[in-house]
Amino acid sequence: MHFSIIVFPGSNCDQDCHYLVKDLLGQKASFVWHKEKLLPKTDCVILPGGFSYGDYLRCGAIARFSPIMQDIVKFAEAGGKVMGICNGFQILTEAHLLPGVLLRNKNLNFICKNIFLKVSSQKTPFTQALALNSVLQMPIAHMEGNYFIEAEGLEELQQNSQIVFRYSDEKGDFTAESNPNGALENIAGICNKKGNVLGLMPHPERIAETLLGGRDGKLLFESLTDL
Amino acid sequence: MMKARVYVTLKKGVLDPQGKAVEHALESMGHQNVTQVRVGKFFEIEIDASPEKAKEQLKEMGEKLLANTVIEDYKIELG
Repeated sequence: MHFSIIVFPGSNCDQDCHYLVKDLLGQKASFVWHKEKLLPKTDCVILPGGFSYGDYLRCGAIARFSPIMQDIVKFAEAGGKVMGICNGFQILTEAHLLPGVLLRNKNLNFICKNIFLKVSSQKTPFTQALALNSVLQMPIAHMEGNYFIEAEGLEELQQNSQIVFRYSDEKGDFTAESNPNGALENIAGICNKKGNVLGLMPHPERIAETLLGGRDGKLLFESLTDL
Repeated sequence: MMKARVYVTLKKGVLDPQGKAVEHALESMGHQNVTQVRVGKFFEIEIDASPEKAKEQLKEMGEKLLANTVIEDYKIELG
C-alpha cells in the first residue's frame, strides 16, 4: 500500500508516521508538501499531528485552505482512505470532511499522557480487524481535544456507528476520570458516514513498537494493510 | 477603501472555559458582581471594494474562515 503523509508548515508528527508505515510495516510512503496541488497515486492519506500554521485563528482553520486539501477532499469523496491524527483530526473537521468541532480542553491545560481507548466501531478499515469493545492504550498530547457536536449531530453519529474511539478506563468503562479533556460522550475519534475518513485525537504513531512502551498504535495500520 | 470590523462570538450554550477563567480572575480582582464572561474574537479588515461587494466578501470570510459556524456566530460592521 502507498501512504501519503501531508506536511503543513508546523506539522511535527509526519516523521513518526512515515517511520511506522515504511520502517515498521514495510509499506510505501511519501511526504506530500501542503502546497502541492495533486496527490500522488496513493491508497491512504495521513494528516499528521502538530501545530499547522501555529494553530493561528483556530486549530486547522488555515491548513484547511492549503492547496493540497482540494485534492484530498476529492480523494475522500471518491472513497479514498484518510486518517487525521490530532491536528489532522482538527483539519478534517474544519474542512467539513468530518462533523463537529474540537474545542479547548475543559480544564484549559495542555494534556500529555497515556490514556485508554475503547474500540466502538468497526466501520472503518482502520478498526475493521480490531475486536469491538477492546481497549487500547495510546498517548494524547493536546490543548484542543474537547470534541463537540450538537444534539442532532450526535444522534446521527450514534445511529451510523461513526463513533470509533471513546476514552475509557483500563477496564473499558466510560468514567468521568477517564475523559481527559471534557469531550462529549468521551469521544476520542470518529469517522464519516461512509467510514473511509477517520479522525482521532490520540497518537497511534507514538505507541507503535515496544521500545515506545506499547504496540497498540500499530494495530490501526495493520487493520488497514491486512485488507 | 472599506474598513470593516468583524466580531466572532461563541453561540449561546457552547461551553466557554476561557470565559469562566476570566470571570474567576475578575472576581479575584474584587469585582464580585460579575455574573458572566464570554470570550470572543475581533477582526479589523481593510478591503478595497464597494460597500455591496465588501459585504458579500465579508460574509464569505465569516462563514468559511473567521468563524467556525458550528460553535460561533459572526457580526459584520462596515464603515
